[in-house]
Amino acid sequence: MSTKIFKHIQSSVVPLQVENIDTDQIIPARFLKATTREGFGQNLFCDWRFDINGQPKQEFILNNPLYSGKILVAGKNFGCGSSREHAAWAIADYGFDVVVSSFFADIFKGNALNNGLLPVQVSDYFLDRIFTEVAKDRHTEVEVDLEQQFIKICSTGEQENFEINPYKKACLLNGYDDIDYVLNNKDWIETYERSKVI
Amino acid sequence: MGQTLFDKIWDAHIVNRSEGFPDVLYIDTHFIHEVTSPQAFDGLRVRGIPVFRPKQTVATADHNVPTIHQDQPIREELSRKQVDMLTKNCAEFGVELYGLGHPYQGIVHVIGPELGITIPGKTIVCGDSHTSTHGAFGTIAFGIGTSQVEQVLATQCLLQSKPKRMKIEVNGKLPFGVGAKDIILYIISKISAAGGTGYFVEYAGDTIRGLSMEGRMTICNMSIEMGARGGMIAPDQTTFDYVKDKEFAPKGEAWDKALAWWKTLYSDKDAVFDEVLYFNAADIEPMITYGTNPGMGIGITQNIPAKEALEQHEQNSYQKALDYMALQDNTEILGKPIDYVFIGSCTNSRIEDLRQVAEFVKGRHKAPHVTAWIVPGSKQVQLQAIAEGLDKVFESAGFFLREPGCSACLGMNEDKIPAGKYCVSTSNRNFEGRQGPNARTFLASPLTAAAAAVTGRVTDVREMLSEPEFVEF
Ligand code: SF4
Repeated sequence: MSTKIFKHIQSSVVPLQVENIDTDQIIPARFLKATTREGFGQNLFCDWRFDINGQPKQEFILNNPLYSGKILVAGKNFGCGSSREHAAWAIADYGFDVVVSSFFADIFKGNALNNGLLPVQVSDYFLDRIFTEVAKDRHTEVEVDLEQQFIKICSTGEQENFEINPYKKACLLNGYDDIDYVLNNKDWIETYERSKVI
Repeated sequence: MGQTLFDKIWDAHIVNRSEGFPDVLYIDTHFIHEVTSPQAFDGLRVRGIPVFRPKQTVATADHNVPTIHQDQPIREELSRKQVDMLTKNCAEFGVELYGLGHPYQGIVHVIGPELGITIPGKTIVCGDSHTSTHGAFGTIAFGIGTSQVEQVLATQCLLQSKPKRMKIEVNGKLPFGVGAKDIILYIISKISAAGGTGYFVEYAGDTIRGLSMEGRMTICNMSIEMGARGGMIAPDQTTFDYVKDKEFAPKGEAWDKALAWWKTLYSDKDAVFDEVLYFNAADIEPMITYGTNPGMGIGITQNIPAKEALEQHEQNSYQKALDYMALQDNTEILGKPIDYVFIGSCTNSRIEDLRQVAEFVKGRHKAPHVTAWIVPGSKQVQLQAIAEGLDKVFESAGFFLREPGCSACLGMNEDKIPAGKYCVSTSNRNFEGRQGPNARTFLASPLTAAAAAVTGRVTDVREMLSEPEFVEF
């Protein structure tokens, strides 16, 4: 089964300058009752986006019509907490292809990669540069290239390289997933099971 | 060069290692629950494949279940649908289910150990971040996302890059009134909610060695709250005694064989860790969190940190957390009035937790304005509590002993903390809205929670204890 293919993007960004954004904020637990993968985008950041009467909170960035784009830029330690893959589904379903932060929680990073959502980890300095440029000009565009593994602020030309596991990179570029890989090598598993001591 | 405990178990589970690929790791035991599994079963249907090793997956319903009237159908429609879906999927794919009404039902991380499914040396995963709990037995146990749940169902394997290894040593005698929950809240407050990211942690040192299995589970449970993939403790006599004779633990010859292997599971003296941290048990006092991540904790007699003490770039997020909690920086937390007390969750809902709370509240009564819930981690814990008469003790103290489930640990089922209310909770997360929209959470130990229920305020439990009354675990 193939996942989404990701290669390259250039887009304006949505800056969410908050640190330690946990997956309970990305998608609160009460929305985890669905039994399919679709539709989580409408509840992305629900309690930050809407007040208790369901009215949009004007001050929240996703409700600000001046900001849009396919790249979410967030503060340090993004995606900590619960392992819910629904967080990655919600971000992708909302329409983001890339999340940029200076630090990602491990499980979130894995979940994102398994869903064609690219987590790009940059230095604190570079993250700050993006926030600063976007604050100056909300149309600031950022370019992300997976093949060459770089991220660039288009207006200033500043760029940084980012790391990604080579296997995961190949999965994203070609749209295949872990299950295909292991299923094609089932004999490994059977050999292992036969040799298992305990 | 010697090997770490982690390396020994990891290497024994490698199915394939190829240059440029993550390791293919064999998974011995896979736990599933209703929330993170439906999409995984759907994936199998789309691919047209069965569960590869159905006997190695065990299911239970815990997140979405009500904790009263469990004999009746679940009232909330979506929750009911999700639990029904689990039942249907397990029947269709041949997976054992300890669902509602089953004598083994309970929070997934409570039932694994108590049934003897969790035993040393295993690799264990579950679509749930607190799978780290099982590491207390000397297992590699970690939480995974739903795509990986599908992968384990399909192949009994996971693709994983080896994380870095960290050792956290705690040495010395724990002060009176301080327990396992305080140790872990203390460590996280020192290294932050991201301090363990990228690592798998081994807890060691004589303080950790001195803990019961329940205490060790509490510690390993919260490894994820410092960002670590998991936490583990080398198995020893305490572990073997706990596991022996449990329902699904190996018996007879199989036990002897297993035990011989388990006794080799420790980090060699010359094993090298990527990072080693040391803590002194004597420095720890009863802990409580004041903010919206588990790293925001302080000793109960300390002040909430002053904003100026933080780096400039941290101040915004810090203020946001304090605003949410409606607290002032640089003020005392002691004496803060509270509304709810929740004793439960996979961190602190085992029989020992309940016994300790019962011992403390015996002859005392909760404050009139406080609602105090005690939610056992499993059906077995609930029945044991009743058999020991703890339910009577709780009742006369004004505490309500409910039925097993995740309950108010996460605002997903009926048990929610109302908006704006303060809850002293023995669970593991104080994120915004975790216990219900706009609920405010103070994380603490069962004893500190019980003390708050009695006084109606954040309380230093040491002032209410006489030394012999305190059972350390
Ligand atoms: S008790 Fe809380 S932390 Fe534990 S499994 Fe349930 S929801 Fe997760």
